[in-house]
Amino acid sequence: MSQRGGRLMYRAALAAVCAWLLVSSGCASGPARPAASAAPLPNLQRNDVLWLQRVTFGLDSATLAEYRREGRERFLDRQLGAPDGALPPPITAQIQALEISHADPVSWLAAVNAEHKTINDMPDGPDREQAKKTLNERGNQLAYEAIRRDLLRAVYSKAQLREQMVWFWLNHFSVYQHKAELRWLVGDYEERAIRPYALGSFKDLVLATLEHPAMLQYLDNRQNTAGHINENYARELMELHTLGVNGGYTQQDVQQLALILTGVGVNAGNTPRLKPDLQRLYVRSGAFEFNPAHHDFSRKTLLQHTIEGSGFGEIEDAVTLIVRQPACARFISRQIAGYFVADNPPPLLVERMSGTFMRTDGNIAAVLRTMFLAREFDAALGGKFKDPKRFVVSAVRFAYDGRPITNPRPLLNWLNGLGEGPYGRQTPDGYPQTELNWASSGQMSRRFEIARSIGSGSAGLFDSEDGAASAPGGFPQLSNRLYFEAVEPFLAARTKAALDRATSAQEWNTFLLASPDFNYL
Amino acid sequence: MNRRELLAAGGAALMSFGYMGRLYAAPAGGPRFLLVFLRGGYDATNLLIPYSSSFYYEARPNIAIARPDPASNTSALALTADWALHPAVRDTLGALYLQRQAAFVPFAGTDDLTRSHFETQDSIELGQPLQGARNFRSGFLGRLAQSLAGQPAAAPPISFTDSLPLAFEGAAMVPNLSLKNVGKPPFDERQAAILRDMYAGHHLESAVGSGLELRQEVALEIADEMQAANRSAINTKGFELEAERMGRLMRDKYRIGFIDVGGWDTHVGEGGAQGTLATNLANLGRGLQVFSQSLGTEWANTVVVVLSEFGRTFRENGNRGTDHGHGTVYWVLGGSISGGVIAGEQQPVSRASLFQDRDYPVLNDYRGVLGGLFRSLWGLSKDQSARVFRDVPPLDLKLV
Repeated sequence: MSQRGGRLMYRAALAAVCAWLLVSSGCASGPARPAASAAPLPNLQRNDVLWLQRVTFGLDSATLAEYRREGRERFLDRQLGAPDGALPPPITAQIQALEISHADPVSWLAAVNAEHKTINDMPDGPDREQAKKTLNERGNQLAYEAIRRDLLRAVYSKAQLREQMVWFWLNHFSVYQHKAELRWLVGDYEERAIRPYALGSFKDLVLATLEHPAMLQYLDNRQNTAGHINENYARELMELHTLGVNGGYTQQDVQQLALILTGVGVNAGNTPRLKPDLQRLYVRSGAFEFNPAHHDFSRKTLLQHTIEGSGFGEIEDAVTLIVRQPACARFISRQIAGYFVADNPPPLLVERMSGTFMRTDGNIAAVLRTMFLAREFDAALGGKFKDPKRFVVSAVRFAYDGRPITNPRPLLNWLNGLGEGPYGRQTPDGYPQTELNWASSGQMSRRFEIARSIGSGSAGLFDSEDGAASAPGGFPQLSNRLYFEAVEPFLAARTKAALDRATSAQEWNTFLLASPDFNYL
Repeated sequence: MNRRELLAAGGAALMSFGYMGRLYAAPAGGPRFLLVFLRGGYDATNLLIPYSSSFYYEARPNIAIARPDPASNTSALALTADWALHPAVRDTLGALYLQRQAAFVPFAGTDDLTRSHFETQDSIELGQPLQGARNFRSGFLGRLAQSLAGQPAAAPPISFTDSLPLAFEGAAMVPNLSLKNVGKPPFDERQAAILRDMYAGHHLESAVGSGLELRQEVALEIADEMQAANRSAINTKGFELEAERMGRLMRDKYRIGFIDVGGWDTHVGEGGAQGTLATNLANLGRGLQVFSQSLGTEWANTVVVVLSEFGRTFRENGNRGTDHGHGTVYWVLGGSISGGVIAGEQQPVSRASLFQDRDYPVLNDYRGVLGGLFRSLWGLSKDQSARVFRDVPPLDLKLV
């Protein structure tokens, strides 16, 4: 059979499969719309599609339709304003069914502490091993719930830019789930420390992470007390979270900030009894605690400013001082542009973003607006390699186009396989966001394997909770209307040639997801 | 060497193997080098213990390792009158040291004073002067592979990591694959060809080609391993299993290897003779021993360097841990090195000799130490050495 003949037969088979999928599962919302609007609007350019892929976690029909209806600027403002984070009802139901949607992490933390104590007091033997195993599985389950919720929102939320910023900040203020009791806390960390501020004020964001037990456990600040200094968090707070390694602070500043941060810790138990003059200065919120009995009240000098010893107020003063440094505006702008624009973003663009940051006292949405509407942003389109999270989420968005999956665990496995496991970065620098770190030979072949897993529908995304295959399997329909409207017109010749050599729909899907066209935005 | 050069070098014999064939093995003999990067700044002071220093015992009331005592297996193993080894590596590194196959270089490190993990790891892997603009596309192992490419002694590089480390940047094409979990090859020859064609002319072309090829190669190696496992009693797991696979790949084909091992940032509860650091050291020691065994006779041609971005504070902190320091201890292992020594420039360990009253000073620059080993291993010319580390000359520690 000639290649061409094979291809025609294959197209016919595709159509049949698509029809079957539509009937059996109502999968693709795209093809269900009237044929009249199927033809691409004459003004849909390659850059429109690329721009949209950067603002969101990837194309789906609903997002593309909204973009065409609203235009670029209004689309952006809707994403930046108070975006509608609505989810499909089955996804909402999945999230509602999670324990992390209802329980209080403080009570968990108290329970874990009690359980640790019980286990420590048990004699060696099978009972003790069993108790450790049970506790460990509990931690894994709760961390997975947090990851699951995050992945479902990333794929299905209409507030796509907020979801991207949640991921960006989670990685910027990275914590590692396998340290201390973090698996019990990561869900709350995302929900209360990151998500509410993802598009808001940078200073609020820093303070929210500073006041979260997950960060304080991860960077050891709960052990940082007067007379027992631990400078780990103080250093990373400036180096990684705000100013950058060459941000103009010294070892002396690190030590001074460590003193300022003494007494900031975690307490899931009872409030301590303090002398009345200290009691006034005690701060508690959930499992966060500022205990003045552990605080160093000496006068400090941070970044050439004097901070008088006063208690928790020192910390707010220090954070305000730090986030208003021009170095902070530059560093944060550079990080954001490094994720959204290019591995080496244009310095002039970063400078303008820094200007917006300074002018708005660190308003994240304003900085993003400056970036997404810049000429330099358009000029850089097409050259950014997707990090594993964007690859995996965009592939599922594109493949299933709004159809709710029931089992997100394969997404987690793919992220782990590609080296970007959620809450899996052991070191506090977060995953690097440059092509250099994701496009090595080993990672490319791993990525192709995942492309095949998605393309052939073999991953089990529609399995039920207990792991049994429930929904009719089948493979996704990538050669759909969305493809012909927004992907096919801009495909590279080599990619088209590869697609023509596919001998099955599954293989065709695999090649498309593995192509340079799909992996760059 | 990139894939195309390989093809050209291998000629018709290689072509007939095609994608499905195993790449030809490098001829026996010839130097091999493995860099083991301990990320997180391992506590060198509790690995190589300055047991003749009373200040060591004053500075570490809770985590010091007890002075050598033949009657106690939780005491340090004396190597010299001043230095002793952590008991967790007594049977592995200690044994290699006694066979003169291991040496330690105290007061080693970098001039980078940021005490930041990330900054210091990067600056070491780049191996460039700290002042002035740095080229993030040029790591020292990349430059080493480059300066050896095209010679009879060409040294194919490989990284046993999920992503490619900065150290290898700049080499034409360095395959990378973590050997923790590898299964069957995912694509047949036709599919692999289509995937490669899709990236023809793209800047990822060689990464794509080499990635598909290496997966195939390793799948064949693992198949051998399963057969061998039925006959041998060795049951390795974790890092030991990885190390065994690394050893076989470096025995058969690759000459410059890299692996990193994490979990060394012991700010809190680092432990002494037992505990977090002891467990990590024991695993690493066993892995390196397995690595040396699986190289077979090629162990005699192999040099391993274990290093970390910095040492830790000489004094323990308020949490029975240690904070970021400066000078550290490098390990040099190999089947035919002149080991059994504490090498490099040294000074007595006392409070007065601490750097910034905090940590070990650096007397042996990493570029000198590594550059000296590379020069001896491959007989590098002055120009070649300067290409690898342009601002620090090789240091002859008389180990190789």
